[in-house]
Amino acid sequence: MLDDTPRTLVKVRDLKMHFPIFAGLFRRRVGEVKAVDGVSFDIIEGETLGLVGESGCGKSTCGRAVLRLYDITSGSISIDGQEIGDAGYQKLRPMRPQMQMVFQDPQASLNPRMTVARIISEPLDEHTTLSKAEKQERVYELMDAVGLNRDFANRYPHEFSGGQRQRIGIARALALNPKFIVCDEPIAALDVSIQAQVVNLLEELQDKFNLTYLFISHDLSMVRHIADRVAVMYLGKVAELAPRDALYSKPLHPYTEALLSAVPEPDPNVETRRERIILRGDVPSPAHPPQGCNFSTRCPKVMDICHQSDPDMQEVEPGHFVACHLYPPTTKPTTKNMVASEANKSIQQGE
Amino acid sequence: MPNKGVPVLDVKDLKTVFHTRSGEVHAVNSVSFYLRPGELLGVVGESGSGKSVTMMSLIGLLPSPPAEVRGGRVLFDGEDLLNVREERLRELRGARIGFVFQDPMTSLNPVFTVGYQIMEPLRKHMGMDKRQARVRAAELLALVGIPDADKRLSDYPHQFSGGMRQRVMIAIALACDPEVLIADEPTTALDVTIQAQILELMKDLRDKLGMAVIWITHDLGVIAGIADRVMVMYGGQVVEQAPVKELFGNPQHPYTRALLETIPSVTGERTERLHVIEGQPPILAAAPSACTFRARCVYASDRCACENPPRLTVGPAHDAACFWDPATGQPRNTEPTHTGAPNAG
Repeated sequence: MLDDTPRTLVKVRDLKMHFPIFAGLFRRRVGEVKAVDGVSFDIIEGETLGLVGESGCGKSTCGRAVLRLYDITSGSISIDGQEIGDAGYQKLRPMRPQMQMVFQDPQASLNPRMTVARIISEPLDEHTTLSKAEKQERVYELMDAVGLNRDFANRYPHEFSGGQRQRIGIARALALNPKFIVCDEPIAALDVSIQAQVVNLLEELQDKFNLTYLFISHDLSMVRHIADRVAVMYLGKVAELAPRDALYSKPLHPYTEALLSAVPEPDPNVETRRERIILRGDVPSPAHPPQGCNFSTRCPKVMDICHQSDPDMQEVEPGHFVACHLYPPTTKPTTKNMVASEANKSIQQGE
Repeated sequence: MPNKGVPVLDVKDLKTVFHTRSGEVHAVNSVSFYLRPGELLGVVGESGSGKSVTMMSLIGLLPSPPAEVRGGRVLFDGEDLLNVREERLRELRGARIGFVFQDPMTSLNPVFTVGYQIMEPLRKHMGMDKRQARVRAAELLALVGIPDADKRLSDYPHQFSGGMRQRVMIAIALACDPEVLIADEPTTALDVTIQAQILELMKDLRDKLGMAVIWITHDLGVIAGIADRVMVMYGGQVVEQAPVKELFGNPQHPYTRALLETIPSVTGERTERLHVIEGQPPILAAAPSACTFRARCVYASDRCACENPPRLTVGPAHDAACFWDPATGQPRNTEPTHTGAPNAG
């Protein structure tokens, strides 16, 4: 999938998206929900970056912020070399065709009063100067590409099944020949047998049009199938980012480990023998994240240092990034980190 | 694994029809199954396959109209639940048959405290007074693993997280020590780590309390971990039924086989492309007169279009509703014998 000169298409640095909380009689600002709190990653052209995590960890917010559907709190986002982190509405609009989104709920994201043809051609109306006949032709082309029957062009969304509606959403996202598509849980609302159809379609289209995906999902097994690299988010931060095979065969962050062990395997022989890591408790509120490492309240391998300082993201193996005190920094170890490394020699031996 | 004994629940030929503006929808078509004491029966199927409707109709939870239970027999402890009065059903529901619904967010009443809602069945069915009920409610909350149970009784549902609300639902369902617990997608709305907690809890509780459980889900992974026996539903019918290891190791119905192939895994070989089941599940406007899966089936023959395959015995305690035999690749030649009755297995 990667050619000789991998080109970074999307570059996100220290992205923060905080939502203010207003309370009291005067609706004063009393705090903020740190939905995304310092996330950095690159997406190489033509690859799929999977973004996984539990509900409320900020993965959808992150996806939307990358497309600048929000005004971000701070950080930088560059897509195809152009900085859009602080771009205004005027500057963003001509760039929108390059970056598109497929939404989670195909029911809610399609206007029930528009026909399929109008839904798919709406981006063409906004961003191109095609004639009516050309638009019609383009709509048919797109419907063919996503496997919808041309005869259904004048039907309304409610006449379609969930899987077909998701195809309409994908056709709309493709209308302007984007380079980068954020897929926000595109299969979460679909049945298992239909999920596979949509995932296969997304993969086909990627090969055909050289698309780059940010694939957001809570389904770890599906992400393993579609993604080239995977980022695991927890409470607004990326806990681990690694190539797919490395992440699934050798997860380094305790959270990734627990998450993988919680996925039930469709094999009774494996299931009865498996040792599960059961995390206690729930995800803390992003309005009041714990002190130190975000995962420290549920981590089975928690240490003293985890309650004091937040671990930095570091590359422990080529391409394998992890933010955890179990892996002390290799460069410039500070005294504080040295203590941690002493405490964890035994755990590190797996390295 | 409990395998003997008289079934606590025996369902035969259950038929449920919905009346809609565009005609009838046959949601449950001649479903037969049984549940032994202490057993965990997994029910799998896509949405619209009739799995929830089957369970709701057998304890009279469907609003009528539009729903109509058109026929069949549901024997619970010698009593036919389809022929008893509403008051009698109300005595059984909550007391001897517990129900856990899919959505923990909407199935608790937001204006009553959690404690009140757990105490309600205790006072109604067990005749406890307020103080006794409160003590028992605290025990139940502690049983399902909610810390500080005594204090949390006076909290309202919105003060609980999703996973904890589902625990509360389970506590309510368990309140009167039911013989049968029906859990309708109890973990679908939850995250994997929370799901793992609930599954662990369920296994624990079954060992402790020994009730029979019907676990409805679309997640084959969950079923593999907790079920003793599995029933696969499609188009409002049971298409395959077998002990869990047999079903995963030796699936017979093309739908089950396809379903097992479509799901990716977090371990093992990673396939380049996912297997798909083309097409859509059917919506039945009439009782099926042909195989409901034939339009999506690669092995469909002429016979499938004119005859609805009955449940054929294909192995010990294993039956499948299909004319095709995966072992030979040829049509099967078995007598249509299976009715869902418990046989020595």
